Amino acid sequence: MAGNTADKWQGGLLGWIDARFPLSSMWNEHLAKYYAPKNFNFWYYFGSLALFVLVIQIVTGIWLTMNYKPDAELAFNSVEYIMRDVNWGWLIRYMHSTGASAFFLVVYLHMFRALLYGSYQKPRELIWIFGMIIYVCLMAEAFMGYLLPWGQMSYWGAQVIINLFGAIPFIGEGIAEWIRGDYVVADATLNRFFAFHVIAVPIVLLALVVLHLLALHEVGSNNPDGVEIKKNKGPDGNPVDGIPFHPYYTVKDIVGVIVFLIFFSIVVFFMPEMGGYFLEHNKFIPADPLKTPEHIAPLWFFTPFYAILRAIPSLGGSSFPGVLAMGVSIVVLFFLPWLDRSPVRSIRYRGTLYKVWLALFVVSFVILGWLGMEQPTTLYTWIARICTVIYFAFFFLMPIYTKMDKTKPVPDRVTS
Amino acid sequence: MKRFLITALLLLAPAWVFAAAGGVHLDKANIDPNNKQSLQRGAKMFVNYCLSCHSAELMRYERIGRDLGIEDQLVKEHLMFTGGKLGDLMTVATADADSKEWFGIVPPDLTVIARARGVDWLYTYMRSFYRDDSKIIGVNNLVFPDVGMPHVLWELQGWQDPVITSVKDHDGNTRKEVTLELAEPGLMTPKEYDRAMRDLVNFLDYMGEPAKHDRRSLGVKVIMFLLLFLVVAYMLKRDYWKDVH
Repeated sequence: MAGNTADKWQGGLLGWIDARFPLSSMWNEHLAKYYAPKNFNFWYYFGSLALFVLVIQIVTGIWLTMNYKPDAELAFNSVEYIMRDVNWGWLIRYMHSTGASAFFLVVYLHMFRALLYGSYQKPRELIWIFGMIIYVCLMAEAFMGYLLPWGQMSYWGAQVIINLFGAIPFIGEGIAEWIRGDYVVADATLNRFFAFHVIAVPIVLLALVVLHLLALHEVGSNNPDGVEIKKNKGPDGNPVDGIPFHPYYTVKDIVGVIVFLIFFSIVVFFMPEMGGYFLEHNKFIPADPLKTPEHIAPLWFFTPFYAILRAIPSLGGSSFPGVLAMGVSIVVLFFLPWLDRSPVRSIRYRGTLYKVWLALFVVSFVILGWLGMEQPTTLYTWIARICTVIYFAFFFLMPIYTKMDKTKPVPDRVTS
Repeated sequence: MKRFLITALLLLAPAWVFAAAGGVHLDKANIDPNNKQSLQRGAKMFVNYCLSCHSAELMRYERIGRDLGIEDQLVKEHLMFTGGKLGDLMTVATADADSKEWFGIVPPDLTVIARARGVDWLYTYMRSFYRDDSKIIGVNNLVFPDVGMPHVLWELQGWQDPVITSVKDHDGNTRKEVTLELAEPGLMTPKEYDRAMRDLVNFLDYMGEPAKHDRRSLGVKVIMFLLLFLVVAYMLKRDYWKDVH
């Protein structure tokens, strides 16, 4: 539909632009003539939703910056000033704080989709790698943004996480001090975190999103069947099982965006604190370097990794093994495309082994996430250890069980 | 696929339950944020009894008047004792150094205290002061042991004494439970005092987030619009997808 309109406008403004800038060809390449498999299901909404949340975060972030003061003396009060005296400030702030959690929720579901349908497998390894770097940047972005309101939990959360670097032998303390810019989390830390949070990391994130999408559009999207649609082309040279992204998936994703916005609005307007999971109670007490809160836990999206950290016993009084395990638990995800040796992509055609392992992995990830918020007890620590073993076994044994797995034959065409 | 989602949700459920658990038993505040009179009484109580030591320096008098339906003149007469402009923030005149000497700590600002502590905590705290001669200030608090704050409202509530009883729990172990008993009545009956504290906590809750009322009423409209938009968007999608087989 929209693809042909470009031909009609040879002259005119568009013709003038096209002679100087590849506007029509970019439009066609990435939207109007980008052929996506027609059998995308529920799990395929989360990519476009992640992009949508990124836009929410950037726009609300810009408006927050207009009134926020990155100064240890003023930060806490400036946030409350936004909540009270700035017109619609409360809405902008809640959208941003809810958006942070929504971003992780959407990204976790987006990544889980890749696990379900083997979307990281050849030739999509680079898409996965770019995506993983986006995920790591997102963690840094969330962590640094978390400090900015300068509440008790922001302060002590940052203190704890930065101290993790201190556990690295020999150079750790130096690194932690270098990150903080002071001996404790202080004004210098707040200022640099602000700079990274509002400029450096967002720029990197946007660039990575472009790379992620360029790599995707180069090889084409995977689908719930894991069938390569480019193998079956019609007389017009387009994949028989493909449909142009625009208008088909643009109109479909609008529906996804609205459904997302309904859930998002329920949180923003009726439960912005989400029972202390999105905005913790301790965030409403100004940061006090002399008063350590009884219970410090990171926000929910970091807790699985935090639980892994705590599950590993310390070695000679150093928590370095735990820090290392936590690092590995994230780094190992990068290697997923090479750990998976299955001849099929989609879970639909995989055998029982992979399904069982994936289920175990999801369950232990969720349990770890919950344990990371709780105070450790002997029982909890042992549960965390079991889940940590399952977490790592899922990855490290993957080359073996994916090869052993009895797969089903994959159809030539996508099923509807 | 959907099974995974459901499993994940079910596994998350215990976290919600455990999150609510705390140390001491807290009484339910049962505040009614829509009750303007309760809020007005709470505001009056707050400026009379709290604001001499505690500030609410992120809140403006003018906003209270506007949100609680109090006319400017009345705000000036009944809420602002030290003069100043309507748009002023609710600060206190007491110097931090003095407070530190009198109470051992600078009394915390109360603007967002309801969001940090929760309304039930505040409601129970304000009703849990008791006489304790081992303390310099002569009072202690069940919810906040060794608190530095004197029982400012003793005149209203009267004095409570602790009563220690032994109770058997489920495992058959006996443990001591402290309850409070009114030893010297104050100007208010316990029922009146509870109501006054409910009003005060209601006001603190309002002050913690003055936008809460607007937030909820706007939320209903936004979601209704989105539902309508969803119908249109879904019909558009269905129309476009008619030719996809």
